Amino acid sequence: MFDASALIIALTVFVLAIFIGYEVITKVPPTLHTPLMSGSNAISGIVIVGALLVAGQADGIAGRILGAVAVGLAMINVVGGFMVTDRMLKMFRRSGEGR
Amino acid sequence: MTTEALFTIDFTNAAYIVAAILFIVGLKQLGSPATARNGNRLSALAMLVAVVATVVGNDIASWEWILGGVIVGSGIGAVSARRVQMTSMPQLVAVFNGFGGAASAVVAAAELIHLMDTNTDIAENVSITIMASVIIGSVTLTGSFIAYGKLQGLVPTRPLLLPIRNVINVGLLITMIASTVWLVADPSITPFLIAAGTALALGILVVLPIGGADMPVVIALLNSYSGIAGAATGFVLGNTILIIAGSLVGASGLILTRIMTKAMNRSLVNVMLGGFGVEDGGGGSGGDDDRPVRSIQADDAATILGYAQSVIFVPGYGLAVAQAQHQVRELADLLKDRGIRVSYAIHPVAGRMPGHMNVLLAEANVPYDELKDLDQINSEFQRTDVAVVIGANDVTNPSARTDKSSPIYGMPILNVDQAQSVIVMKRSMSSGFAGVQNELFFLDKTMMLFGDAKDSVEKITAEVKAL
Repeated sequence: MFDASALIIALTVFVLAIFIGYEVITKVPPTLHTPLMSGSNAISGIVIVGALLVAGQADGIAGRILGAVAVGLAMINVVGGFMVTDRMLKMFRRSGEGR
Repeated sequence: MTTEALFTIDFTNAAYIVAAILFIVGLKQLGSPATARNGNRLSALAMLVAVVATVVGNDIASWEWILGGVIVGSGIGAVSARRVQMTSMPQLVAVFNGFGGAASAVVAAAELIHLMDTNTDIAENVSITIMASVIIGSVTLTGSFIAYGKLQGLVPTRPLLLPIRNVINVGLLITMIASTVWLVADPSITPFLIAAGTALALGILVVLPIGGADMPVVIALLNSYSGIAGAATGFVLGNTILIIAGSLVGASGLILTRIMTKAMNRSLVNVMLGGFGVEDGGGGSGGDDDRPVRSIQADDAATILGYAQSVIFVPGYGLAVAQAQHQVRELADLLKDRGIRVSYAIHPVAGRMPGHMNVLLAEANVPYDELKDLDQINSEFQRTDVAVVIGANDVTNPSARTDKSSPIYGMPILNVDQAQSVIVMKRSMSSGFAGVQNELFFLDKTMMLFGDAKDSVEKITAEVKAL
């Protein structure tokens, strides 16, 4: 069994997203590259969606434990990533702006 | 992954489109420091939308386990985000990359177990993407932790070269391919575990030979891998938002990797082969260290700076090591009060990760519009009275422009030598990462101010006040 159309749709989404990512991210100035990296750490926490799906469908104990571990790991990225990025971006100010 | 999962028009897939748009707009707003904070909030909102849509649109059994994971993960994330020092940001990003990769690998494992438990006939494309997800995720996990260890000084930063490492690495790659073929032919947990184990080993072996100075490249690359691992998980589950968000991160990491290798004048292959820094300097100008340099004291430097019209500070990682950011900003403020034009020239590899120096200076309240990158500042040097180099070395070496025999020839540098005069603050005459002597130090216009950067800057500030 090989679902070729599903694979093609997924590949289309993948390729287009890479191109959009390339266009958008090349415009990020060097001064924001560290927040970009920590912010994309947070975005790669999107695997939380996958973690929720496998944890939610798990019947056996092994599946449940693996699901919970995946949820925990992904949440570290989501919460930690967004918080630390905000902490950094808060520090960036223009000349003459209040401290 | 079935066409059904991808094509179903329901609340969840509609919400995923909203989340994808929010992620993209959020990243777009990272294009300017003025909108970046809002952009980060939009990305967080996108994540919330994706999570809510997933929970609402699917039958989630066993809440207790999930809640446990959410609470523990959020707690660890929040505490480390609050506590981390800005100088340790590369370590934090490295560890987070690792966790992201691990999450993808674990999701792949759970999905395989589920498919086998429910006796589903596993399609070839699902088997292959499960293996891709676990392999990329596992390499990212161990690679990131070795990178963390090198940055933190727990693992020796010098390149560790196993004698037959290329043979071992090729062996590991063959094992992965073989176990993937095995899993496709006959789905079971054994080939999955073999692939996971070899990928974990490969992550360690690939990062160990890479020198500490190349860690910015490695972190950027692993950042990309953590995204690609997530996208691979999206292929396994037939989930569009995972594919989209994972690809965005993958693209981001690849762009940063390219920027860093370009700034170091290296190819990615050259970095990954490792061993940089073990070969003896080799360059044309290593030997004649006993040439005379002009050494000055803090009061001389204060006079030169105090009566200049324009000053450019060139900070390197040495500045962060000396924790002198705040002192430099204080001196810069003082000079600005005297009507002197002040800006900062930031080389892409000035810190331990892309953009690191900018964050360290932002923390010290330096306004971001005074931070100039290579392209913005290089034409300014010839119109500048004094360039002050603090803890930077290789990135200011004019040999990179002129001396074809130099190992750093061709590396993009800051044209500090074109300023009217140059003050270099440095502990000693030792050479930089590349192991070459800096020709800048021997120019007639260059004055060396030896000592701890923080001390020197404090002394200069006191002297400028007294002018």
